[in-house]
Amino acid sequence: TGYRKPDEEFFEELEEALIQADVGVTTSMQLVEKLQKICKERRIEDASLLKDVLAEEVARILGEEDIELNLKGQPFSVILVVGVNGVGKTTTIGKLAWFLKSQGKKVILAAGDTFRAAAIDQLEIWGNRAGVEVIKHQEGSDPAAVAFDAMQAARARKADVIIIDTAGRLHNKVNLMEELKKIKRVIQREVPDAPHEVLLVLDATTGQNAVNQAKIFGEAAGVTGIVLTKLDGTAKGGVIISIKNELKVPVKFIGIGEKMEDLRPFAPQEFASALFDRSDAKEM
Amino acid sequence: MAIFENLSERLQAAFKRLRGKGKVTEEDVSEVMREIRVALLEADVSYKVVKDFIKKVKERAVGQEVLASLTPAQQVIKIVHEELIELLGGIQSRLTTAPKPPTVIMLVGLQGAGKTTSAGKLANLLRKQGKKPLLVAADIYRPAAVKQLQVLGEQLQIPVFAMGTSVSAVNIAKGALEYAASHGRDMVIIDTAGRLHINEELMQELQDIKAAIKPHEILLVVDAMTGQTAVEVAETFNAQLGIDGVIMTKLDGDAKGGAALSVRAVTGKPIKFAGMGEKLDALEPFYPDRLASRILGM
Ligand SMILES: Nc1nc2c(ncn2[C@@H]2O[C@H](COP(=O)(O)OP(=O)(O)OP(=O)(O)O)[C@@H](O)[C@H]2O)c(=O)[nH]1
Ligand SMILES: Nc1nc2c(ncn2[C@@H]2O[C@H](COP(=O)(O)OP(=O)(O)OP(=O)(O)O)[C@@H](O)[C@H]2O)c(=O)[nH]1
Ligand SMILES: [K+]
Ligand SMILES: [Mg+2]
Ligand SMILES: [Mg+2]
Repeated sequence: TGYRKPDEEFFEELEEALIQADVGVTTSMQLVEKLQKICKERRIEDASLLKDVLAEEVARILGEEDIELNLKGQPFSVILVVGVNGVGKTTTIGKLAWFLKSQGKKVILAAGDTFRAAAIDQLEIWGNRAGVEVIKHQEGSDPAAVAFDAMQAARARKADVIIIDTAGRLHNKVNLMEELKKIKRVIQREVPDAPHEVLLVLDATTGQNAVNQAKIFGEAAGVTGIVLTKLDGTAKGGVIISIKNELKVPVKFIGIGEKMEDLRPFAPQEFASALFDRSDAKEM
Repeated sequence: MAIFENLSERLQAAFKRLRGKGKVTEEDVSEVMREIRVALLEADVSYKVVKDFIKKVKERAVGQEVLASLTPAQQVIKIVHEELIELLGGIQSRLTTAPKPPTVIMLVGLQGAGKTTSAGKLANLLRKQGKKPLLVAADIYRPAAVKQLQVLGEQLQIPVFAMGTSVSAVNIAKGALEYAASHGRDMVIIDTAGRLHINEELMQELQDIKAAIKPHEILLVVDAMTGQTAVEVAETFNAQLGIDGVIMTKLDGDAKGGAALSVRAVTGKPIKFAGMGEKLDALEPFYPDRLASRILGM
């Protein structure tokens, strides 16, 4: 003996581990089937080898696209940040501002969440931490007008990047999704090819609903990349595999904490390995 | 797999495949159970909870009711629905009140779950019931968390007790109790910082607050969109803190909310309220039958 055979029980456990990582039933079953096929083809006898094969497979699904931010906009690049309530948009913007600033970029933030209590103050604190300017209006004002002002400021100050915060909104609220389109239209009046990035923030603790979020935000706002936050917990964020499989939107960054430096470029291989790195997966 | 929108369509299809075979057998029921399993997992019910649930439903389903029925799909759905409601518990939106006021309620949970907003909503609800709530800003970590609660307090015209962010959360909570006593506030609602259940230091902070002020209700705030991790989160908060109930937020979205089943199953604690929006009046009693129907896509 010495090693474990890839028998039915093994594949069942594997499916369980995937589902518990929020990969979703359909995608989990597809992955397991694929693995069973590979197992036969390559005559693999040692189950421990399959862990790497699966990680490769997952990394392949996740990693085909370029994760670099498009910052080639002229005269500056515009990043619009969207997502449902409480996922980590404002925090991610703070981190991203600091990340870009430390690469020598001049960054301006737009306090486009004029709805939530103290959302503007929260962004201002992040602006101070990162050492970048924040353009804001009063609570309750039109977010599109804030975005417009930020564009003017960016032009005047010769900024490289502006990042626009938006209020959290559930994707099934049609009027709130319309508001995003309006923000985009106003931005495009200033810089026709903007926004250069529309980042959808997804919380890694979210289950299968994240697929709907990605679909509907994708349709309404033209999402160009995903930021997967709160990966410092025990959530694996496996739903991202289904999202990538179906919608082909790349994950660009991950959030791994509440501090300014807790943002990392997405590394598919590492993410894939971490998916199976749990006690339930026993001897895998 | 995702051809069928909801469980009833799925089950109907499964039984259709069986039609013409004559009597429905135990194996046929197993086949149908597989469909139910998929539907529950897609609704984010925890893997382990689903396993136990399926076992229970199967036991009932192989009884005479289904096998002899002319409408087996309907019968199975009925059983699943009933068992889901049973698992979710009754309607229990009441809060324990202290024999001697103030009643102290503490909200805890992961980052971004909706604690601060729910604190405001709860204060609003209690005031409508004739109480005099006090909101307490005990999140000293998140940028502008104190301000957020103060803005909500202002909107509601309900007092907010705050001591800034350089005093410990324990001392803020203690101070709030004194303030409530001297100002005739009979309901104290404490907003705490979001934290990961695996963060020992921050979980200790909650234990310290609990030890210092002995709250009557510790409510775990859980986002309805939460996936498989809900079980671990609820288990840990309950084990380390002893929760009394749950507030499920963001049920105005289109998430199935299977996390509710997981949380209820592993803690045995009731889901007391449902968050139905961002506005301060969007807090409702939690109705188990509605959630059961939602999970089944009915
Ligand atoms: N542990 C952890 N917490 C995070 C991470 N990113 C954000 N958070 C926390 O999540 C909570 C919500 O973050 P916000 O940035 O306010 O989220 P948001 O999407 O802007 O929220 P709304 O504007 O209310 O929709 C805060 O407590 C953050 O500190 C992360 O990567 N890890
Ligand atoms: N749609 C909807 N949004 C909600 C609900 N409850 C809270 N929110 C929103 O969710 C986001 C996070 O809410 P908060 O109350 O700040 O969450 P929190 O748990 O206090 O967050 P931290 O203090 O950062 O851990 C905000 O945008 C709220 O408006 C709800 O029931 N429905
Ligand atoms: K959340
Ligand atoms: Mg925000
Ligand atoms: Mg809060």
